[in-house]
Amino acid sequence: MRETAGGILLLLGTVFILLSAVGIFRMPDLYTRMSATTKASTLGIGLVLAGTVLYWFDIAIAARAISIIVFLFLTAPVAAHIIGRAAYFDGVPLWKHTKIDELAEDLEKKREGEK
Amino acid sequence: MTIIEFSVNTAVVLIGLSILVIFVRLAIGPSIADRVVALDLLSANAIAFIAVYSIRNNSTTFLDVGIIVAILAFLGTVAFAFYLGKGKKP
Repeated sequence: MRETAGGILLLLGTVFILLSAVGIFRMPDLYTRMSATTKASTLGIGLVLAGTVLYWFDIAIAARAISIIVFLFLTAPVAAHIIGRAAYFDGVPLWKHTKIDELAEDLEKKREGEK
Repeated sequence: MTIIEFSVNTAVVLIGLSILVIFVRLAIGPSIADRVVALDLLSANAIAFIAVYSIRNNSTTFLDVGIIVAILAFLGTVAFAFYLGKGKKP
């Protein structure tokens, strides 16, 4: 019963990981790609590791898996933010249908500051 | 075939497939940032694969490697972003 639940969680997590791969392949620009991959892969890995914990049901394994999950949940948004901001100021283009671009003023200021 | 065997085998296939798809983006990705994001996602898939491997081969040794891979992936992304921000100044 416990192993079955672990297997189902494992399957769900892998489906989310596959979805993040499809997202990084299909999305039109860098920022939407990051939006797809960060969320889907974080949830996917969380579910896969939760399935592993349920399968083993051992305190040592649970400690490792939960530490990986907590670390990923803490660092994935930070990494996405940092790389997105660096890419924006580096001049990676937005998608042509993008509606809101709130960092444009900052970009102007930064360009003027460099002159 | 029990459910856990089925799901482990399916997970191996699906994670391998997604690693292939991410490799395509790593190869064609127009900007450097695209490739950095793809690398980050690759290491995430490596962690998931390690977890599946530990069930499939009945050994939990590699779960420690998962922690290291997670830390190294984050540090690598931060370092790449740092040098990306410093790059194009005249």
